Order: sequence, then C-alpha cells, then structure tokens
Amino acid sequence: MRKNLRKDLFVISKLINNKEKILDVGCGSGNLLDFLLKTKKAICRGIEISQSGVNDCVKKGLSVIQGDANYDLDDYPDDAFSTVILSQTIQAMIFPDKVIKNLIRIGRRAIISFPNFGYWKVRKDLMLKGKMPKNDILPYEWFDTPNIHLCSCKDFQIFCKNNNIIIEKFMCLSEKGIEMKTNYFSNLLAYQVIFCVSKKNKN
Amino acid sequence: MKSLIPIDKLQIKNPIKLDSGEYIDSCEVAFKTYGTLNKKKTNAILVCHALSGDQFCSEVNPLTKKQGWWNILIGPGKVIDTNFFFVICSNVLGGCMGSTGPSSINPQTKTNYGLKFPVITISDMVKVQEKLVSALGIKKLFAVIGGSMGGMQTLEWATKFSNKVNVAIPIATSYRHSAQNIAFHEIGRQAIMADPVWNKGNYYKTRKEPKGGLSVARMIAHITYLSERALQRKFGRNLQNSDFFSFNFDTDFQIESYLKHQGTSFVERFDANSYLYITKAMDYFDLSVKKGGLSKVFKNSNVNFCFFSFTSDWLFPTSETKTIIKSLNSSNSMVSFVEIKTDKGHDAFLLEEPEFHATLKGFIQGQIGKHEI
Repeated sequence: MRKNLRKDLFVISKLINNKEKILDVGCGSGNLLDFLLKTKKAICRGIEISQSGVNDCVKKGLSVIQGDANYDLDDYPDDAFSTVILSQTIQAMIFPDKVIKNLIRIGRRAIISFPNFGYWKVRKDLMLKGKMPKNDILPYEWFDTPNIHLCSCKDFQIFCKNNNIIIEKFMCLSEKGIEMKTNYFSNLLAYQVIFCVSKKNKN
Repeated sequence: MKSLIPIDKLQIKNPIKLDSGEYIDSCEVAFKTYGTLNKKKTNAILVCHALSGDQFCSEVNPLTKKQGWWNILIGPGKVIDTNFFFVICSNVLGGCMGSTGPSSINPQTKTNYGLKFPVITISDMVKVQEKLVSALGIKKLFAVIGGSMGGMQTLEWATKFSNKVNVAIPIATSYRHSAQNIAFHEIGRQAIMADPVWNKGNYYKTRKEPKGGLSVARMIAHITYLSERALQRKFGRNLQNSDFFSFNFDTDFQIESYLKHQGTSFVERFDANSYLYITKAMDYFDLSVKKGGLSKVFKNSNVNFCFFSFTSDWLFPTSETKTIIKSLNSSNSMVSFVEIKTDKGHDAFLLEEPEFHATLKGFIQGQIGKHEI
C-alpha cells in the first residue's frame, strides 16, 4: 500500500494520529486518504478538482466532492476537521492567502507541503542557465505550468509571521524524499518543505 | 394504461395519511423487481422514477415494448448489476401505471377519482414506497437511487427514513423546485386544463382523453430536459420533408416534428390528471422548509451520499446540488459529488454518459466494501 504513496505523502501520514478527522484538499486519486483510512482509521474527506481524480476516489469508497479549493472551502464550518492537508497544491492556487486562512479555520491544524523555490538548484537554473527552473516536482515549461504562486521556504515563513499563523512544525525533504534536519540553511538545501500550521489564540 | 398484462401490486390495507391531512384507503402500489433478494435481505436497491417514468426501469417494458427507461444502467452485468442486487422500482402514488392515482377507482364512490383524488407530495410517494419495502421484508435498503423527481424521492428517503438507507444517490435533482421549474410546470398544467376534453378532470367515462393539452405539456417539458446546444447539434434549422418551406403551418422543421412525436407518443402512455398531480407534488417539494432548514435535515445522518449533476442541465443546475453539498458538509455527512461534463442537458441522466456510469459503478463498488451485504 505504501508503494502507491508519494514520499512526501508518507512523511505527512506519519504526522497524523489515529482516528483523526482529515480533509485532504486536492486529494487527487485519494491515495493518501485511502492510506490514512486503512492505517490510522482516520475519518476521511476530500476535495478534488479533476473528474478523473474524483472518480478514482469514489471507487475507493472515499467521500470526495468535486470542487475548487479557491472557492469551495468557504462552505466548510469552523474547526470541522482535526487536520486539513494541502500537499503540493498551494503553488497552483489563485488565492493562496485566502486558501491558507481557510485551511486553519476549517481544521485545528493544516499540513501544507510545497516545492521550495529557494532550493539551490532552482536558484542555479535561473542564475547560471538563465532559464525557468525545472525538476521532478516542477516539471512544467513556463508556458504550461499550473504553478502560478511558487514560493520559497522563507517566503512562507514570512507570510505566517505577517498573518499571525503559528508554525507548529517545519520539515525538509531532500530530492530523494528523505527527511533532513532543519537549520539556518534549510531554504537553500530543502527540495520540498512541509509545514504544520495553526491559527493563533485558539482555546 | 388499460392493459391485460399482469402487474405486480401491493395492497396497503390501512389508510395512508397524506401531508394534506387527507387519507387514501386501500392504496395500491404497482412495482417490478429485478434480481434476487439475498437471505439476509441486504442487497436491495430502490430505484425511484422521474415524472414520466414507471416501474419498468430495466429490460423491456411489457406495455410499450420499448426498453425500460434505465435499462442502460440496470441489468445483469450492468452498473446496477441485477446478478448481485435486488432492484425494486415502483410506480409512484398518483401515477398511472397501476399505482393508485386519479385514474383509479375510488373504493367509496366506485368511480374514477378524477380531481377528487387528494393532492399528494413527494413525501407521500415515499411513505407508500416505504410500505412496499417493509412488505418485501427489507429492514434496510442498500441504496436508494433516482434522477430528477426520483432524486427528490431519494433525498426524501435519506432524511425521512435515514435509518433504513445505507447509500443515497440523488442525480440531476434539487432540494426544492425553483420558480422557473414551477413556472414551466404551471404552463403544462394550464395546457391540459385548457383542453375542452379535460372537463375538470372528468373524462374517464367519455372514452376521450385530453390528448392535445397533455401533448403540449409534454412538448414544453421536453425542451427543459434538453440543452440549447444539444437541440442545435441534433436538429439545427434542418427541414423535415423537403428543401423548401411549406408556407403553411404543417411541420417544416425537424425540431417541430421531434417535439410533436414526443407529445403524441407520451399521451399514449400517460394520464393527464396524473400529470397534474405529479407536477404539483414536485412543485411542493422543498427540504429547506423542514425542521430548521437544510443543514438540520441532514444532521447526524449516517447515509453515504453520492450526488451527480450535469454541466448543461438548466432545469436542475449544479448550483442547486452544491447548495445541498454545503449543508451536508456543515453537518459532517459522508458525501461525494461529481459534476459530469455533457451537452445533453437534464436528460443526460437517462442517456449513455460513460463518465457518469463509470463513476457511479465505482461508487457502488466502493460502498459494497463498506456495508455488509
């Protein structure tokens, strides 16, 4: 079962406690939700924009609605979930700021993962080649990429600070998907990053 | 309608109290089943038909000799596999395919009800279906499924008898009829009532039926079941019989011929008074006025929902389904929702739509694993 799971999703799954109530935003084919349902007995819900993704999810018996996270998260009530997951999707959102605020409103915490645009090889592509960066998780050409709001690890940290969002946990992954220790140079060394965030002043 | 072909019927002995406060005595429910009920009686799927449908959802309809209205979906090896499931479909209360309706004989007066038949609601239809399901010895249905008015019944089941349903699949439907929907129905009813043969509903003895009015009602309704694009694609401005205009009021355009065919074939199998009663029941339907609004009716529901809408359906647009989804989300329900891209309009739920069928099949398969059958 784990074989089907992307490495960053497996790292995220380790952050989930048993019987948590999860919303996976942009759940794709539902591999993470299916894994959490079976290994953590989680109560799982999902939103997915593509019809083929939703089809795959409902075939797995998952409760998933076809929708657009840019707009449809507004419909969910406050604190409806213990954890809301947004993996490798934030950079494709039209309103990432609104989406992040919705995530921590709906869930007691949000787990957000994204490709780090501050990674040294990304910088190298621009600086030495003078071209838009491309790699395994940023595979698109400049003209066909859905990634319209890329950010670096540092950008995200600054965003959280400015918006009173608490960073509960911060994890870095290497190109091979292996967890790295975080340090002062993480913004330069991390290929992918995972943040657990929550809103301030919660009771 | 009047046929010698035997129809399965259930007689309900006790009077049924309707939402209007009136009672129906010795109510009959005509139904058809497909497949076999398993020993534990856990494999039953109730199929709810739409306004003009009947209990013959699969195989060949013995009365019209045409394929059942959902034969594309229901049968051995199909999406709703009758090798595995026991499918029940009943003619709605107020209908004209054997269930008690305005064309039935009133046991008290020994004549046809006509307009003496009490006005019914979607909830009344579901009450009667519940009696049928109980009479078949089924404590909990695996699923209730239906499109359009059948979707309304499905939603009614999921709220009124939520403990008797594992899975609800409402398709191309809404929690209430919009002003536009009511408007179209009212035009249809006025067309019937403007037909002199209708005679305030007393036409059963005259051997004549208000076919003109009913056929106009059907023609109007049929336009709402299609989309502008589908009409244009299928008919365009194509002429029916020649390359020239006739310069009279005969049928020039193919679309005219098509609508007339829809009208005339419909009146052969449908009762005008039934059309009045059933459209009224749809117009009255509104889940949002029940006990504290839409979000309350679904509270603590254990039903697994899967909604389908179609992009070009302007009779029950996706926005209507999304309103229900919003309420279900706020009450933590188990809900899936898929919007199918198609230009076939509202009728898409009855037609060959591979994405719809594949997703529905997947959902049903997924649910089999979740519930003991």
